[in-house]
Amino acid sequence: MSLRISADDGTPIYLQIVNQIKYLIAAGRYGAGDRLPPVRKLAEQLLVNPNTVARAYRELESSGVVVTRQGSGTTIAENGSPLARAEKVRILSDRIDMLLAEASQLEVPLETLLKLVRQRARTFQKTTSKKPGTKRKR
Amino acid sequence: MNESVIQVRDLCRRFGKNHALEHVDLDVQPGIVFGLVGENGAGKTTLIKHLLGLLKAQHGSVRVLGHDPVQNPVEVLGNIGYLSEERDLPERMTIGQLMRYQQAFFPNWDEDYAKQLCETFQLDPGQRIKRLSRGQRARTGLLAALAHRPKLLVLDEPSSGLDPAVRRDILGAIIRTVAEEGRNVLFSSHLLDEVQRVADEVAMLHQGRVVLCDPLDQILGSHHRITVRFAQPQAAAPDLPGGGQWRGERHEWSTICNGALNQLQQAVEAVGAQIVEQEQPSLEEVFIDRVGRR
Repeated sequence: MSLRISADDGTPIYLQIVNQIKYLIAAGRYGAGDRLPPVRKLAEQLLVNPNTVARAYRELESSGVVVTRQGSGTTIAENGSPLARAEKVRILSDRIDMLLAEASQLEVPLETLLKLVRQRARTFQKTTSKKPGTKRKR
Repeated sequence: MNESVIQVRDLCRRFGKNHALEHVDLDVQPGIVFGLVGENGAGKTTLIKHLLGLLKAQHGSVRVLGHDPVQNPVEVLGNIGYLSEERDLPERMTIGQLMRYQQAFFPNWDEDYAKQLCETFQLDPGQRIKRLSRGQRARTGLLAALAHRPKLLVLDEPSSGLDPAVRRDILGAIIRTVAEEGRNVLFSSHLLDEVQRVADEVAMLHQGRVVLCDPLDQILGSHHRITVRFAQPQAAAPDLPGGGQWRGERHEWSTICNGALNQLQQAVEAVGAQIVEQEQPSLEEVFIDRVGRR
């Protein structure tokens, strides 16, 4: 599981784990029934306290993203998708807010910004469609 | 088992005129990683030496795993794995000889585990200790501290001066130890991002006193990194109640606010400025602010 933890991120470490796992699900890299690594293993991999990982898993469980069953460990919940949609919106909203703040600092009007977004989207589609092996999750 | 793993009460220590420790109280609960932080000379090593029974309390009391480490050294030291910054190892021995030597001291020495660690750390049992590199010495010391599966692992500045690969091994050892039922870790470090990653509780020593001792989440959660934007450029750091040291220039200034967020918010509004950023600080930022305030 490819997570990256930083001590001076401004976000508590357990929440970084929660957010990144939600992100992986939203991005389609983890799906219903997939198993999360055991607490101890993920703690060793990320070099963080096992209690922190356990707290992140509890948080994910209480919000219905994962289920923990004795014997089979912690797996992504079947009904993880509506939440994943909300998460997608949340992730993008954060990015958009940052972009808006920057545009306003640079005194770029919204219309110009939207034009630029569309222009970048066209370039992006061109470059990504050339790449083989780029995973698309529908 | 609810008894404290470490219990220090009103411990004082003087070296001549120098007060190395003053009225130190400490409780380490079972099953956690306890981080001890502080500047050089703050008293971390002196405190650890008391825990190991290498120094006798001049005033106050020390109990480790339920015993006085000076009166019951066998009970205490037999259950502690200790790695010091100096990593004082017998230079003339080979790693294999050191392992047999340790085995004689610790009835719980786990030979299979020692061999496994030797492989993980890529150590050659035939190598003489005096020929080892810095990183290999640290790994050898770590092996000696871990292989008798101690109830309490004590690491005094284990990472100082080591490359990232060895530091990973040390952090990994801390995590594996505490993940096992009934084991505990106390470690001192001035690499605060490492402490922030692995500690459950943190005590901050400053000039021989404990200035902060709380669960890490609580420490980080009760501090805020605040950036204030002023309408007019400020020539000097602002002086607003609720803030600590200020850093910045002209319009924007940042501080670490401890708890009194409302007070600071009101003060900021009263001078016609606004808070433009509010985040959780890192342990390092909290530490620098604490030490700088005094």
